[in-house]
Amino acid sequence: MNILSVNNVTLTLDNKKILDDLSLDFWRGHIHAVIGPNGAGKSTLASAIMGLHGYTNYEGDILYDGQSLKGVAVDERARRGITLAWQEPARFEGLSVPRFITAGSQRKDTAYVKELLGALGLEPERYMHRSVDRTLSGGERKRIELASILAMEPRLILMDEPDSGIDVEALQYIFEGLRHLKDKGVTVVMITHSMAVLEQADHAFLICQGKLLDKGGVKKIGKYFANKCIACDHINQPALTEIKA
Amino acid sequence: MTKKDVVAELLQSIGMDPAHPFGDDVARIEIHENRVVGLKLVKGLHVDADETDTGINAVISVDDGAHLEKPVHICFGVLPENGLQHIALDIRVKQDARASFLAHCTFPNAINVQHTMDAVIAVEPGARYAYFERHVHGPGGGVNVVPRAKVIVHEGAEFTTEFELIKGRAGRIDFEYDTVCHARSVVEMTARINGRGDDTIVIHEKALLSGEDARAALISHIALRDDASAEIYNDLVATGDRARGHVDCKEIVLGRAVARAVPTVEVRNPSAHITHEAAIGSVDSRQLQTLLSRGLTEDEATDLIIEGLLSKKARWAGD
Ligand SMILES: Nc1ncnc2c1ncn2[C@@H]1O[C@H](COP(=O)(O)OP(=O)(O)OP(=O)(O)O)[C@@H](O)[C@H]1O
Ligand SMILES: [Mg+2]
Repeated sequence: MNILSVNNVTLTLDNKKILDDLSLDFWRGHIHAVIGPNGAGKSTLASAIMGLHGYTNYEGDILYDGQSLKGVAVDERARRGITLAWQEPARFEGLSVPRFITAGSQRKDTAYVKELLGALGLEPERYMHRSVDRTLSGGERKRIELASILAMEPRLILMDEPDSGIDVEALQYIFEGLRHLKDKGVTVVMITHSMAVLEQADHAFLICQGKLLDKGGVKKIGKYFANKCIACDHINQPALTEIKA
Repeated sequence: MTKKDVVAELLQSIGMDPAHPFGDDVARIEIHENRVVGLKLVKGLHVDADETDTGINAVISVDDGAHLEKPVHICFGVLPENGLQHIALDIRVKQDARASFLAHCTFPNAINVQHTMDAVIAVEPGARYAYFERHVHGPGGGVNVVPRAKVIVHEGAEFTTEFELIKGRAGRIDFEYDTVCHARSVVEMTARINGRGDDTIVIHEKALLSGEDARAALISHIALRDDASAEIYNDLVATGDRARGHVDCKEIVLGRAVARAVPTVEVRNPSAHITHEAAIGSVDSRQLQTLLSRGLTEDEATDLIIEGLLSKKARWAGD
């Protein structure tokens, strides 16, 4: 039932171990949360799974559908169904919202774009003629990012901090998008610091300094994170006794 | 060929249906080589054209206070493979008039075509003038385009111009726009060019903000591939009180292409302010990675990013 397995992955950047012998299994059709303090290596993990430039030289292996992703380029991974919603999505001057949303999708028609915008709480008429540029607010840009991801109908989505820069109301649309994905059997990996986001997940992983500290139910991990990590006095220096996984 | 046939062929080359080109209320001027082959005027617009050995000398004016509702369509073309076309233009948009011109320059079969233009443009006080020029070149690139314009934008007047060359090969482009901006005038000059093969592009955009509260933006967005090269000179000088200027130069450079940008900004009045923004290089890596993560190949992603860079900046009435 694993769609993705991260097996003993160690990634060294600038002579520093950012991911340290990390092993995680992600289950098909489930929503997973990866939680941990700033600098724990969460975004790095997402980058390695996506195969982004500069993040592919890891030890260990990442298996997707049981096959190693070593040597598989980003765009090929995407065509196999993996995609990434960026924490701070890039801005594209002059590229229209509809062109961006349908960039990776089979359907390119206007009705489809409007349906996706509407589903994310963005009034279609207000965005059809705009560009994905710096004039979009952070929350608008993130929802347009998610629309482009829904449009490509992926099988595994990595969402890096889906709630950052988003207000409570807009977040509800993102959660709705998540449930919609889950209903379709899509696997989701959310990276977050937020309890509200964590609660949307089926399982959680807690990582610190590139190591897996603990995994399991959302309640258990959430409680640990809230009690121990938020007020931690040794961030990214976990004691051996704290590594339970 | 009759004049009518030439007009039909010119229109076809710019993607218009010659059978139903324009409504009766649309002014139009078609110039092929050194002949005026089509002309339709509307109230408030005057065209006085002399045919010369190598081109046309024309005075185009818009009456005081006249508001031309629909854009005036202009088409300059050379249909044969070889030719020379020199256009001298004297454009006067008189006080409080409003007009927009949509010009197509078409050289679809060029092997050795030279198109030069010398324009003097006066936008009188309170007038608004927009000039959009789209070039349609063939795949061979055998065109040498040399436009020169001296523009005076008087008090409270507005001048917007956009030069577009996206379809076909640029060939050699060497253009120079020199603008003087009087008090409270607003000027925006944009060039959007796609260079390929051994195209060479030289752009001089110059504005002097001499009047108080004058505003100008000089924008050049260029994509270069293969062995193409570009030199962009953006020159903005502010002497007027509270004058405001902005230079925006973005170039995507791929393959063996070479780009050089030389911005000069000069402020000679402490209450004036000029900003300058330049980005020259390969496609932005974050943009590229984003599109790759949606399953586009590197070439598809690059094309899409360039399409955005070269997209129209202003919306043009009737376009
Ligand atoms: N390309 C890189 N080169 C060098 N160091 C890097 C690189 N990418 C990330 N790092 C470092 O790796 C560590 C983990 O970064 P990462 O962005 O993965 O953390 P994170 O868990 O996502 O944190 P946050 O919650 O702040 O987003 C940080 O110390 C970061 O500076
Ligand atoms: Mg991060």
